[in-house]
Amino acid sequence: MSEMTRKPLVEVKDLKKYFDINVGMFKTLPLKAVDGVSFDIYRGETVGLVGESGCGKTTVGRTLLHLYTPTSGQIIYDGKEIKTSADIHEFRKKATMVFQDPYSSLNPRMTVSDIIAEPLDIHKMYSSPEERRQKVLELMEHVGLNSEHASRYAHEFSGGQRQRIGIARSLAVNPEFIVCDEPVSALDVSIQAQVINMFGELQDKLGLTYLFIAHDLLVVRHISSRIAVMYLGKMVELTSAAEIYERPLHPYSKALMSAVPMPDPKIARESHRIPLSGDIPSPLHAPSGCPFRTRCAYACERCAMEVPEFREIEKDHFVACHRVEEIN
Amino acid sequence: MANKYFNMQLDVDAFLPASAEEKAYMVQMRPSTTFFRDGVKRFVKNKIALISLIIIALIVVSCIVIPFFWPYSYDEMLGVKLGRPVDSSYNNLAPFEYGETEQERIAAGEKIFPHLFGTDSQGRDYFIRIVYGARISLAVGFFASIIVLIIGMTVGAISGYCGGKVDLVIMRIVDIIYSLPDMLLIILLASALKQTKLDQIIQGTVLEKIGANIISLFVVFGVLYWVSMSRLIRGQILSLREQEYVLAAQAAGARGKWIIMKHLMPNCISVVIISTALQIPNAIFTESYLSFLGLGVNAPMPSLGSLASDALNGISSYPYRLIIPAVVISLIVLSLNLLGDGLRDAFDPKLNG
Ligand SMILES: Nc1ncnc2c1ncn2[C@@H]1O[C@H](COP(=O)(O)OP(=O)(O)OP(=O)(O)O)[C@@H](O)[C@H]1O
Ligand code: SF4
Ligand SMILES: [Mg+2]
Repeated sequence: MSEMTRKPLVEVKDLKKYFDINVGMFKTLPLKAVDGVSFDIYRGETVGLVGESGCGKTTVGRTLLHLYTPTSGQIIYDGKEIKTSADIHEFRKKATMVFQDPYSSLNPRMTVSDIIAEPLDIHKMYSSPEERRQKVLELMEHVGLNSEHASRYAHEFSGGQRQRIGIARSLAVNPEFIVCDEPVSALDVSIQAQVINMFGELQDKLGLTYLFIAHDLLVVRHISSRIAVMYLGKMVELTSAAEIYERPLHPYSKALMSAVPMPDPKIARESHRIPLSGDIPSPLHAPSGCPFRTRCAYACERCAMEVPEFREIEKDHFVACHRVEEIN
Repeated sequence: MANKYFNMQLDVDAFLPASAEEKAYMVQMRPSTTFFRDGVKRFVKNKIALISLIIIALIVVSCIVIPFFWPYSYDEMLGVKLGRPVDSSYNNLAPFEYGETEQERIAAGEKIFPHLFGTDSQGRDYFIRIVYGARISLAVGFFASIIVLIIGMTVGAISGYCGGKVDLVIMRIVDIIYSLPDMLLIILLASALKQTKLDQIIQGTVLEKIGANIISLFVVFGVLYWVSMSRLIRGQILSLREQEYVLAAQAAGARGKWIIMKHLMPNCISVVIISTALQIPNAIFTESYLSFLGLGVNAPMPSLGSLASDALNGISSYPYRLIIPAVVISLIVLSLNLLGDGLRDAFDPKLNG
């Protein structure tokens, strides 16, 4: 991407988010939903975040926006660490979120125009009711909603339309950065494509930066410049979208990629599938050392002892595996 | 299947821009209908609730309007005229009977407004006393419910929204109040407040007009009855707080007060209204039995309960004096309860999905 400079817009450093889970009357165990994740997002790019259900993608997105208070770690936005509640309040004008579920994330008692204008109301970003109205209509137009429907309630709309309302709302404050948490997984397949296209168009038009969460690899492939793979609260691989499809290095990513259907049957026949055996362990009782070792074909003794470091194996290609050099 | 989450639902063709037809399909709408309109529609279909509403409306309107044109007042002893000996013929009149001087005037061709329910033992028109009694009872019920609503809503909202230790402490206090026998406590509180010389404290203020006893009634309601309301609201807020749109509001920069006022309260307002409607008959009933026990409103102000209590003295000769206030109380309490039930059926979000 041409406008992409090498200065990161968002820097996440060793981010951790533990939830206290009650086990028994007075005992709590930490559930390590996100356990030491570090990555950068550059201005104007889209980073796709993939992983199985429950691996902590949503938690990364929400903690990144300080919707959950991080257990530890740093979030640096545009060179400045976000820490105090005043920082966070300012941050909310620059970084917004599109939610996974377009049904539960819109207040059923509010009209579309109130939903879209809520961020403007909170930050008092207009000087007259007329300006507010104009802004709402403009936003509705941006996302392809009929502006005559501004005074209707969210429950009167279809899933795809609701997600457009959610997107319009997230655009209201003119943000630079949007976390999109599986924005299409609740939608019909035919509508998924339209909404994803819209994300692309909006990015070109408004110069947005996305963290795009999905569990569908094909969705992120279409839209992302780089892709991060998560497993059990940790990031296992991060590299460009092309690279991860052609040359995944981590055993988990390899297994994922081999499961992606190939459009060309000839290639499909030649490539062999690497099956994933066993189930994902519970994040409450994560295995010692490498989180993937219980399902990894290459696991050795060291994997049980030491947590593999998330390191830059090649330029712009990060992997967390002790044996990555041997395997490939 | 190990990879069930990484499925192949999408193919590349699906990413072509939407055609005009597809776009038109996207903007098709259902007819507009709001939650409120739906509720009204359901409510109107409910005959019993509708009749209750009409009865309540009639009672309320007559309580307000009748005293303005009724020729007798609730504390006027008809037999007592300045400069004349007390005319005891006015005491204990049966319905549609007249006192001696009135009979003379009728004989002289004058038209006298009848005593619909007769008079009481002191010669006061009983009908207007019933009207005043109903007025007091309704007012007490209404304002007591408002007090309960305000206290219960504030405490419940804080408890539910803050959670954690605050919630724990508040809920234990609620549990304690809840577990006390309320009849006993009300009577104790009411008689204790009677001893406080409240009348002297409020002398000369606007509160004097209301009367010390009614104020202590409100205190009783305020202290005791907010607990169930606050429990209800807390439960609502607790579940609403977990809704994703609250998180979405936080993501937009909203903080405590905004979230409570814009998202949590409007979504539990129907529950609040319904339980307030159900609280009114409760308060009326309590007021009635307190007045019946002599702990209610000050004489000569009547309330339905004190009227019933007074009627006990002459129950064998004038049973209708007990029956009339009893019927009015029952009518008010019953229709308010049925109305509240009807409102709940029509507006309870749980039935709406
Ligand atoms: N508020 C919470 N309290 C306790 N545990 C939580 C909470 N939110 C998430 N978790 C746990 O953290 C882990 C990661 O959850 P998260 O929602 O981030 O996963 P995900 O990758 O987004 O999954 P999905 O694809 O299903 O959305 C899960 O085990 C989940 O049970
Ligand atoms: S560190 Fe070991 S267990 Fe983990 S992925 Fe690499 S080889 Fe497998
Ligand atoms: Mg999720």
